[in-house]
Amino acid sequence: MNQYPLWKYCLVLAILLVGLLYAAPNIFGEDYAVQISPVRGAQIDEALAGDIRGALEAENIQFKSIELEPKRLMIRFETAKPQLEAADVLKERFQDNYVVALNLAPSTPAWLRDLNAKPMVLGLDLQGGVHFLMEVDMEAAVQQAQERLVDDIRNRLRDERIRYSSVARRSDGIHVQLRSAEDRDRTVDLIENNIPEVDVATVAGGDSEGFELRAYVTDKQLQQIKTTALEQNLTILRNRVNELGVAEPIIQQQGADRIVVELPGVQDTAEAKRIIGATATLEYRMVDEQHDPVTAEQTGNIPPEDRLYHTREGRPILLKKRLIVSGDQLIDAAATFDQQSGSPAVVVRLNSAGARRMADVSSDNVGNRMAVVFIENKPETHMVDGKEVRTTKKIEQVINVAVIREPLGARFQTTGLDSIDEAQTLALLLRAGALAAPMQIIEERTVGPSLGKDNIRTGFQAAAIGFIAVVVFMALYYSVFGLIADLALMFNLVLIMALLSVLGATLTMPGIAGIVLTVGMAVDANVLIFERIREELGNGNSPHASIRAGYEKAFSSIADANITTLIAAIVLFMFGTGPIKGFAVTLSLGIITSMFTAIMGTRAAVNLIFGTRRLKSLPV
Amino acid sequence: MRLIKSDLNIRFMRYGPYMVVLSALLVVASLVSLATRGLNFGLDFTGGTLIEVVYQKEVDLSDVRKTLAQAGFDQAVVQSFGTLSDIVIRLPSQGNESNAQISTRVLQALRSGGAGVDMRRVEYVGPQVGNELKEKGALSVIYAVIGILIYVWLRFEWRFSVGAIAAVIHDSIITLGVFSFLHINFDLTVLAAILAVIGYSLNDTIVIFDRVRENFRAMRKASPRDVMTYSINQTLARTVMTALTTLLVLIALFFLGGEVVHGFALALIVGIFVGTYSSIYVAGILALWLGVSRHDMMPVKKEGDQAESLP
Repeated sequence: MNQYPLWKYCLVLAILLVGLLYAAPNIFGEDYAVQISPVRGAQIDEALAGDIRGALEAENIQFKSIELEPKRLMIRFETAKPQLEAADVLKERFQDNYVVALNLAPSTPAWLRDLNAKPMVLGLDLQGGVHFLMEVDMEAAVQQAQERLVDDIRNRLRDERIRYSSVARRSDGIHVQLRSAEDRDRTVDLIENNIPEVDVATVAGGDSEGFELRAYVTDKQLQQIKTTALEQNLTILRNRVNELGVAEPIIQQQGADRIVVELPGVQDTAEAKRIIGATATLEYRMVDEQHDPVTAEQTGNIPPEDRLYHTREGRPILLKKRLIVSGDQLIDAAATFDQQSGSPAVVVRLNSAGARRMADVSSDNVGNRMAVVFIENKPETHMVDGKEVRTTKKIEQVINVAVIREPLGARFQTTGLDSIDEAQTLALLLRAGALAAPMQIIEERTVGPSLGKDNIRTGFQAAAIGFIAVVVFMALYYSVFGLIADLALMFNLVLIMALLSVLGATLTMPGIAGIVLTVGMAVDANVLIFERIREELGNGNSPHASIRAGYEKAFSSIADANITTLIAAIVLFMFGTGPIKGFAVTLSLGIITSMFTAIMGTRAAVNLIFGTRRLKSLPV
Repeated sequence: MRLIKSDLNIRFMRYGPYMVVLSALLVVASLVSLATRGLNFGLDFTGGTLIEVVYQKEVDLSDVRKTLAQAGFDQAVVQSFGTLSDIVIRLPSQGNESNAQISTRVLQALRSGGAGVDMRRVEYVGPQVGNELKEKGALSVIYAVIGILIYVWLRFEWRFSVGAIAAVIHDSIITLGVFSFLHINFDLTVLAAILAVIGYSLNDTIVIFDRVRENFRAMRKASPRDVMTYSINQTLARTVMTALTTLLVLIALFFLGGEVVHGFALALIVGIFVGTYSSIYVAGILALWLGVSRHDMMPVKKEGDQAESLP
């Protein structure tokens, strides 16, 4: 007799049910939706939902629902037409503070969503979109940092009235030539006390008779420079992509110097490249307190020493034309808490040139307001007389205005920020506006929406037909046992789908190929078992003994065979990129789930069907 | 239903020497083809730009070439892709940073002709990425082989391990050889398929070795050669069945899966034939020649003990 203890049946059943539950979201399809997410600091709340409801009702646009989600708001529609209309209306109204993007929202029922069940994510090759791999030029980043240091050292030497012959950047660091041993020692102290980024060493002997020392960036600092360069570019990219109005963009670090940008649904790659290719800087300027910006804007009567700017909220503001400090003089900016008040603050560090300017201007302007302008330069291409003309569009925005409380130096604080979030955003923007390392696209993969649809169709078609062929073949070849194996195969598919959904893994075309391959190979375990049972029967063993022996003896082969394939899949996962990773993921998951379904799943079914019967033969 | 008779006893090892010669010839031919013709590396490895577009109606390829040449892309390779309205344009790497803009300009040039052009896909791979993918690809195959070598060594015995690895290398070289000989585009998905072939081929080899190990313990009087032959016969039904089911899905994928997985499916189809053959005539024979014997197989602990505790 072959019987499983009750708990094993329960386990198989429980896993099947959980699998079905988590695979379920994939059958519900999608709603046309408009997604609204905040750009910087804007709130997503009931009030906004109310505004949107009002706006849509005023335009007589039919919608299914408005849902508040963490960090975004989703408006669902029955068809594409109201979706597009609504997007236009909402863009016009909310564009300043929110990203309004078209989306396809999974129409998973609420009770499933409460269980955290969600459908699989489709890769760009299936839904269409752009994939960019950007590389940050780290050499340039380090060079920029060193040049800033050269300037800094020169300025400090001048300030201290230390006479030097030269300060120059060489491959092994910054070399400073001085005139006397005393000057050299003073310089060492000066650098050690004021520039924590570098270590200083005196250069002994050499061909120069002078007194030389070498300031070099420590390895730790070098790492820091690279990290900052990457972070700057990440921030810049996030800001840019927000403007593209993409529903679910991915901007991710890859390795030490690369950034992956994935923009599902974007087809105009020229536009995407243009926006991504923009550079940013920033400027500190004094606010003109004498004139009223609103009247200046209305009358167009702008004082000659001023320029009219706008804040992020769109309010006009008059700033002095005279520049205090620009982004390339900013060394670092970090969010922190003010030590006295405990309120959120941003600490800014300037290089010595910037610090001197800042000290001069701020000591004359205590009590006045100072503004930070964030400037983005976006390359644009126009066609003029059939020729391509590249221009740069400058977008300027005032990101912060603060009152100068005391004369400022190389290190100062900006307080009066509402939250630590705001402080972090400001710090990020400031760092992004500091001279960023150049970045370039080193890989692009764009899939048009029509190809994406074709890929889904052909992929699923091939998978379905392959699956049916295997199912029919197994049933013909192994009769009842074949049908049991078929059940296990379906169970296996459900589990793969559930796992992919739960893990949030992306389904790609090679991923589908992986699933198809798994279907072919998953039956291998059952073939091994069933052939073994046939052999045991052929050796004259009783049906029940044959079943038992078949499962037991086949196990080690199945395990060995699957583990080796798993090794290949894991290697593929570690070395593969993008779509290939998708293949490795589905293959690995398929191997693991098939071990369970093909061994435990079929055994449970076999035991249930044949376990308590007296058998003369087996339908295998 | 049965395809393989249960009392079948093909004397596989009798043909051993011939088959080894055949294998050697195939491997040499593949290596020669790889050396002379090389692999038709796809964009993933060479770097460059690929643009697939669909015209609303059939289009003359020479017109497209002319349009592109006028726009300054005289190096463009234009080919039709499946249908006459679907074309693929390939451009080599230009070695400067404006590479990413090429696709934009090509599309502009095509659209300026006035015809309705629908962008299907654009792929741009920078030269550094291409080289990296090549390097990573080669490394991944090497690591996979090493990983498997270690596993088989631990689980079986070094002679089996060597046999299994020889089979895997044999399969990879011949599959690569087929791609080289037929000049089929070799891209990342094909590389993934080669790794899957390695997995599959090993799978097959291990099932046979597993049986050999078992039979060494059961058949005390038989010679290693007879044990090998008997084991291959015993597992033959399974070998054929699994190859058939896997081939079924792969053929579906090859014909219905679309261009993207074409090379992938082909590599696996080739790999399954070669892999099935090599588990018998490369792995099996090599293990025999290296002198596997009953001594090496004597269990430290009874096999059944282990199986009992598992499901």
